[in-house]
Amino acid sequence: MSTAELTKIKSDKIVDARAVACPGPLLAAKKAIGDLEGGQILEVYSSDEGTKVDIPKWCGKMGHEYLGVVEADSFFSVFLKKAD
Amino acid sequence: MHYMQTTPPTTDGSDQISMVVFSDDLDKILAAMIIANGAAAFDMKVNLFFTFWAISALRAPAKKGKGKKFIEKAFGFMLPKGFDKLALSKMQMGGMGAAMIKNIMKKQHVASLPEMFATAGELGVQINVCEMSMKLMGIQKEELIDYPNMQICGVATFLSDAQDSKIQLFI
Repeated sequence: MSTAELTKIKSDKIVDARAVACPGPLLAAKKAIGDLEGGQILEVYSSDEGTKVDIPKWCGKMGHEYLGVVEADSFFSVFLKKAD
Repeated sequence: MHYMQTTPPTTDGSDQISMVVFSDDLDKILAAMIIANGAAAFDMKVNLFFTFWAISALRAPAKKGKGKKFIEKAFGFMLPKGFDKLALSKMQMGGMGAAMIKNIMKKQHVASLPEMFATAGELGVQINVCEMSMKLMGIQKEELIDYPNMQICGVATFLSDAQDSKIQLFI
């Protein structure tokens, strides 16, 4: 998805993992996705560059749909849709 | 006569990882725990087989063994007692290295080793402790940290776990 499309998305849950390094954001995403229903959207705040590469890989294995990343000032948001 | 076909549960191993954790170097135990917790995020079953020097990392500083012989006491004295006493495999510099890396980890928001073990416990990471190594080092069950999924066992447990795992590592 494009940045413009992503910024319009209303996430069902936001998890702030900016205060943790690898594998913190991944663990935060795993924990948060458990609270969502299939098809709902999770947004993960991270400032750990590796997250941008790791979360798409994790989504691929777990069956979640990776939607994209939006950059903010000192961090970025990763969007994903939970597997049905 | 017709028998209902029952097939034993099979696994292709894609959802299991087994590691031998052999070293008591702080950096190597950190690497093992980061991989373990990462694998748990992938919903993999994670088995850590702690053997030889690595068992030092599982020693609880405040706990004591009982009825130890002289040589076992000597071993216990010489081996690092718990997370805080582990040394780096490189640049240890008489303790300065480990202190520095812990400081940098805190600044970079990397979880500390006790935090990593707590997370591993919550995620159901299994820790298996080699009984033979415990005997060699004179470390008793009563001296180990409190961890929810920990058992003392032998090499057969590791081999059985490793056979059912797609990923096997020796650290």
